[in-house]
Amino acid sequence: MTAAPAPAVARARLAEVEALSWRESTTERTLRRDGRRWTAWTAGVVFAFTIPGVALMAIEPLAFPATLVCLAHAVAVPWIQARRGARSPVPIGSRRSAAPARRPDSGEARADQVDDAEGVALGLLGDLVGHEVRELVGSTGMAMQHGRLGVWLLGEQGALLVRPGGRRVFCWCVRIGDPGGLPAADRVAHLLLALREDEEGFATVANLQFCGAPWRVRRGLDQRGRSALDTATRAASR
Amino acid sequence: MGRLIRLDRTGHTTLAEWSAGDHAAREAAVRAFRHELERGMIASAPTGNGTAEVVRELPLDADLVVMRRQIAGG
Repeated sequence: MTAAPAPAVARARLAEVEALSWRESTTERTLRRDGRRWTAWTAGVVFAFTIPGVALMAIEPLAFPATLVCLAHAVAVPWIQARRGARSPVPIGSRRSAAPARRPDSGEARADQVDDAEGVALGLLGDLVGHEVRELVGSTGMAMQHGRLGVWLLGEQGALLVRPGGRRVFCWCVRIGDPGGLPAADRVAHLLLALREDEEGFATVANLQFCGAPWRVRRGLDQRGRSALDTATRAASR
Repeated sequence: MGRLIRLDRTGHTTLAEWSAGDHAAREAAVRAFRHELERGMIASAPTGNGTAEVVRELPLDADLVVMRRQIAGG
């Protein structure tokens, strides 16, 4: 057996993208286009419910309960979509985190094994992200990564991308195909490595859940998530 | 000193370690690397500047090579 000559590192696309040849590659241009589409869609939803409601009220004031229902829809539909996007990342240690699911009563491992594995995984993730982001991981459960498309926040099952300028956030759903008992921090490490390998490929593999202003996503996050989003928005605004 | 690790349910497992002068360790690392690739794992070499490289041959000059699983859209 012969060892590969050093250096043997070759720049390559994300391996997972090769299985998605039918999917349009995500680029700076497609992100701008998708952002405009989401804005138009949200405006369309608001108008589609508001105008009939107002028209009903104008025609028959006694129909105000129906107007209220229309206006409630105009508020609720965009709110539900933003909330769905905000739920995508799943920070380490959050209610939907893998860590509680791997507790001994799940039959996967003993408590000390679980804690050891989480500790080992967190240590590796900390080594990968460096000192500054390590503190963010500890306090918010999400890892921040600067990229060409913006500033990323990675959780166990998804990512938020704050675009340069900090005025728009994309929410992506992306996870390990077969997580098979991996510690929570290892799940984030998987996404971090994939993102670092090929940022556009990562965004191509991920499923876009929502795009909109940071304040809309922020409402759907818990306190830790809000803190992480604020940090990423500040970083993207610089 | 290079290190080949696999992300797994224990956090991670060190599969091989090698140094420039240790030919046997290098050969063992290459064997372990290829075995992981055959299992469907993806090899990622962090470069230290916030990027990582997908590698299909073990980069013997790398400090760390991480074997990870495939990701997918949720």
